[in-house]
Amino acid sequence: MTHQIFQMVCFVFFAAVAVGAALAVISVKNTVHAVLSLVLTFFSAACLWMLAQAEFLALALVVVYVGAVMVLFLFVVMMLDINLEPLREGFTRYLPVGIAAAAIMLVEMLGIIGVKTFEVLPGPNPAGTSNIQWLGEALFRQFLLPFEIAAVILTVGLVSAVVLALRVRTFSKRQNPAAQSATDPATRLRMVKMQAVAPPAPAPAPDNEATQP
Amino acid sequence: MMIPLAWYIVFATVLLCISIAGLFINRKNVIVLLMCIELMLLAVNTNFVAFSRFLGDPAGQVFVFFILTVAAAESAIGLAIVVLLFRNRRTINVEEIDSLRY
Repeated sequence: MTHQIFQMVCFVFFAAVAVGAALAVISVKNTVHAVLSLVLTFFSAACLWMLAQAEFLALALVVVYVGAVMVLFLFVVMMLDINLEPLREGFTRYLPVGIAAAAIMLVEMLGIIGVKTFEVLPGPNPAGTSNIQWLGEALFRQFLLPFEIAAVILTVGLVSAVVLALRVRTFSKRQNPAAQSATDPATRLRMVKMQAVAPPAPAPAPDNEATQP
Repeated sequence: MMIPLAWYIVFATVLLCISIAGLFINRKNVIVLLMCIELMLLAVNTNFVAFSRFLGDPAGQVFVFFILTVAAAESAIGLAIVVLLFRNRRTINVEEIDSLRY
């Protein structure tokens, strides 16, 4: 019983931290602070997934999102020299609309969920002792082809990100070794056929000084 | 684990509504819009994880695995586009990105 109460307290704590950090993400002025709040949100959500006994995905969320994607966001936000003032112009104007839309959606969706769901308690852990084994058996037996396609998608994402952000420098004086190796003498040296005789001597200029007295 | 299913669903719903409010409020900053989309994906992933645990079906967690993969590729390409946009237009304001309109 104390174990159950402890888990519920942990859930409420992590959920409150995640929701508060998510509110900070959409409301703080500085974009760097927003990214750091998003990191806190992801970390708290990973703790919630850990409470749901999805250990592998919780750790993957921390490693992939907090470790890679959020650092990428932070990198881009810090690299771009953004003037934040014009980006905040419509904040107070759209605030009531946003809150109203979100509140209506929340009420509707909570109405759909209903009260009975609060009585659904989990059974024994279907994964047994090892969540990774459970997940891996499903992944590599049932979902092998989607797994391969996911690898292809990651490769395409990597290549396209590099291609998009690559800036070709036109003023660079870099040498092209392939073009240097592939060259042949015909492009470098032009042979000119000439006759082996000396060209005729130019006609001597009329001797003006001799004719004039 | 003794936490009811509804707690997870309510948490995911609240997170989704916060991210939708963020899309309304921060409609000029492309980076914050991308971050709101990440929040939305997190809410959906939480739902998948909870239902996978409660139904005892590993397909839900495998799906979350694929969503994480695609979302990582999406944010990498999206941020590359943002960098490209800022390099060419010197702005990431959504209202000024209208050069395709004319």
